[in-house]
Formats: sequence, structure tokens, C-alpha cells
Amino acid sequence: MSRYELRFSGAGGQGLITAGIIMAKAASIYEGRQAVQSQSYGPEARGGASKSEVIISDTIIDYPKVTKCDALLAMTQEACTKYSEDLKEGGVLLYDSDLVTKLPEGNFKRVGFNIINTAKNDVGREIVANIVALGAMVALTGQVSRENAEKAVLSSVPEAFIELNKKAFNMGFERALEASK
Amino acid sequence: MAKKVAFLQGNEAAAQGALYAGCKFFAGYPITPSTEVAEVMSVELPKIGGKFIQMEDEIGAMAALLGGALTGAKALTSTSGPGLSLKQELIGYGCIAEIPCVIYNVMRGGPSTGMPTGPSQSDIMAAKWGTHGDHPAICLVPASVQEVYEETIRAFNLAEKYRTPVMIMPDEIVAHMRERIVFPEPGEIEVIDRTTPSVPPEQYKPYDTSFGDVPPLAAFGSGYKFHVTGLNKLPDGFPTTKAEYVQAEEERQVRKVEGNAADIMKWEEYLCEDAEIIVVAFGSTSRSARFAVDQARKQGIKAGLFRPITFWPFPEARLLELSKQVKAFISPEMNLGMCAGVIKGCIEGNAPILGIFRVDGEPINPDQIIDKMKEVK
Repeated sequence: MSRYELRFSGAGGQGLITAGIIMAKAASIYEGRQAVQSQSYGPEARGGASKSEVIISDTIIDYPKVTKCDALLAMTQEACTKYSEDLKEGGVLLYDSDLVTKLPEGNFKRVGFNIINTAKNDVGREIVANIVALGAMVALTGQVSRENAEKAVLSSVPEAFIELNKKAFNMGFERALEASK
Repeated sequence: MAKKVAFLQGNEAAAQGALYAGCKFFAGYPITPSTEVAEVMSVELPKIGGKFIQMEDEIGAMAALLGGALTGAKALTSTSGPGLSLKQELIGYGCIAEIPCVIYNVMRGGPSTGMPTGPSQSDIMAAKWGTHGDHPAICLVPASVQEVYEETIRAFNLAEKYRTPVMIMPDEIVAHMRERIVFPEPGEIEVIDRTTPSVPPEQYKPYDTSFGDVPPLAAFGSGYKFHVTGLNKLPDGFPTTKAEYVQAEEERQVRKVEGNAADIMKWEEYLCEDAEIIVVAFGSTSRSARFAVDQARKQGIKAGLFRPITFWPFPEARLLELSKQVKAFISPEMNLGMCAGVIKGCIEGNAPILGIFRVDGEPINPDQIIDKMKEVK
């Protein structure tokens, strides 16, 4: 079965819905596969639990939400605890190692690095932490090619921020590969 | 040439569909989870000589919608739950005065302010009975981003063809979900415009039934003058209490829709031919149901999906037919049994209806539906 389910979770305002949209756009528009992105969020503009779910498949996607999560991104401890329960055996958890310290038990791969601090200190702007995380998710899931994902990123951000996001995406991609060695 | 594609949200697709249908006027008041429709229309309408207005509230928005529509413009408003409640009196006004317009309502948790960001399907009865009195009701319930686009065009077509308000009601999941959409070329999908008078202004009567059940509608500002009221009216639009007019007019207004139900109704049947269990589901819930039906078939359960795309008028006759072949219907819905009640009303007790009713802001998942199928004896 080709259905692959991803969840981007964290706090409202971290840009996770955007990261999910870009992942789905990369699959749907640039890879020519099927993809659906959906989201659930609270009434708060900032803070509160937020998640963005992406289903990628080679056939028509009926149910647009996650049934058994193949890949989970957790940008806060709260999100990690709340959303890791349905993580599949053999799946992958990507987490921010500064913020998520209590890792869930289970037969899945755990990959962590300091996602937010990478954005802040190495890329130069904390605001692109979601794109660092997206680059890492692309590397860990292999559902879309690096080239197509980068195209989707660059077509989704304002002209003035293309270089910043390109750097963020590629740094995330590389860090994830290093961290999963 | 390859067709234009985009990765769009349901609400964005609704706005694009409205523009394809020729919408030139939007009046609304922003409300989660429908605001993206207003956002897109506020950007796009000025570019094509249309008008966008944000009113002081939903009542004002509905009043502006009716006024805009009477000038000849195809008119759209978007809202959700509490906004729909506020619009109801003027929706009735639109029904009796026979003003074509489209009301796009995203179903969120209710009643009242409820759960603004949570999905729901609990406005379907409000679509039919939210405004008081006998009146026609057309309500469409799309299930994908592509379908939101196409059904929004159809909503305009039905409004124009039958000279009446039409509702289109995606649930919050469909409205906020993003999928790839393929845009049709201009002319590829039929676009219907209202019939305008063939007689000169001095002979024009806005409710002249000699032209049939849907009298031509003149545009204000085009030289035609006529009276518009929420009272029962004579063919010239002025109020009346004359029994023979009131009875005949009320019947005609309802008959415009009920008498043309075959043209308005639309549904999809998936694996229903030999089905012993039929899941009746619409909107995002139908996507869970289709997933469940496929899984059930693999387990040897003869399941099928019946998916209304038009909710009102409801496909009563077809469900009555299907009720003679099934062991049970399953009605999964994000409300406390509204659709189950409607099904019950048309199947003459031929089969039991097992409900899955969820109002906690979470979608109905396929496993819940499969579990319910296993309860069928």
C-alpha cells in the first residue's frame, strides 16, 4: 500500500501548517502524486497545540486524516506526548532535542536535533525553524525528492526570503541525515 | 495545452469557482472557518470590476447580498454557524422575493459560538428550516476541493435558473483541506444566467407566472422599476392578502425546487449494487466511509456508500428503493443524528439505521464505521 501519513505537530505560530502545505504541494504539484493536507488548531493565534497532517499516495486519497502515523514531527514536548500514540512500528519520529526530552517508547526510529536553535544560530532567523524541520522530514521520509521539495519551498515564500529559506531547507536536510547516522 | 493546476484549500476553491460562474458581488462578515473565501474575493473582485463589501455584521451582509443580486449581479456571501443564524430572516426574504444568490456556509461546531475551529455537519437542517415559513431549499454538500469548486459553480447555476437563494455547505474539514485542483477552461463547465424580461419596462411584472414557474428577473438600474417586499405579493410585486394569490404563490415558490428535484438532486453510489449495508454519508465523512467500505469489502462485508452531493432536495425515492435490498443503513455524521432522521423519513421502516454521531470536534474515522458494520445482523 502506498499510502504514507505524516504529521507536523507543535505549538500554534511555529509554522507547522505551512510546513505541511509545502510537503503536500511538493508531492502533489512537483512529484505528480496524490496528496491531501489538513489541519487542526485551537482558537489561539499563538501557542496551543497545533497539527498539520499530510497524506501522500499513488492512488486517490479518501480519508484525509492520519490513521496510523508513518512520520511525526514534534516541535514541543506537549505535541510529542499527545501525538506519538499512533506512530507506526517502523515509523520515524523527528523532534527538537532542546524541547523534547521525554521520548515515547515504541518500535520506531527517533531522530532529534536542535531544530529551533539551528534556525536561530546557524541559518540566522528563528522564524525559518519550520523550514529546517521540513528539510529534515523530507530527508527522513523519502516521499518526495530533495529537488522537488526545494522547488515547493521556493514557490511558497516571498521573493526577499528565498535565500534564507533555501539555506534553512538544506541545513535541515543535512542535519537530519547526520543525526540519523 | 496542459490545464492549469494548483494546490488549494476548499475555501479558496469556492472563491475561484464563484469567479468562474461570473460572480461580481460579495458581501460578508468574516468568521472562522470561512474567512478565506472573503479574503480571496476581496483581492480578486476589484480586478474584474466587481464589488467587495465587508458589512457591519452578517445581517447587514445578507441584506447587501440581496440588494446586489437585484442589480443583476451574481452575488456570494460566506459565513459559518452563528453567521448563518443571523442571516436566516433575510434568507427567507430572498426566498419569497425570489432573489438569486449563493450562501456559502462552512459547518463548524454549534449551537451558538460552539467550537469555531472544529468540524461539524450540524447545519443541514438549518439549511432547510432555519428561516421560518414554507419555502424552497437547495443545499449542496461537497466532499473534495475539486468538488467545492465545481459545486460552487453549480450553486450559482441553480440560483440563477430557479431564481432563489442556494446554500453550499462544506464541513470545516473540506473547507480547510488542501488538495490539487485542475481548473476547467472557460466554457468547459456550463454557466447559467438568469432570464431577463423580454417585455418593455412598462409591461414588466416581476412575478408574472405566464412565463412559467420562474418569472424573468429585471436588473435594477436597467430601466425596469418594480416593488420588492417580504410580504406575500401580487404579480406586480405589491403586497396582497388575497387568498387565491397567497396560496398559489407559496405553492409555486416551493414547486420551483420540488418540481425540478430531478434536475437539482445529485448523488454518488459506490458499490451499492449488491450492498447489504449502505453507508449514507456526505462531506468529509463520506471520505471516511469510502475508506471503510473498501476495507470492509476486503473482509468480505458487502458494504456500499451512498453519498448525497445535493442534500436538499434529498434523494428520498432512491433511498426508498435501496432500503428494500439492504440489511441496514449506517449514518455517520458530525451531529447528533440529523441525516439519520431524514433517511428514516423516506424508507418506510424497511431497514434499521445505525448511527455514528460525533460532536466532539474530531472527524469520524474509518474504524468506527467498520466496527458499526460488524454490529449489523
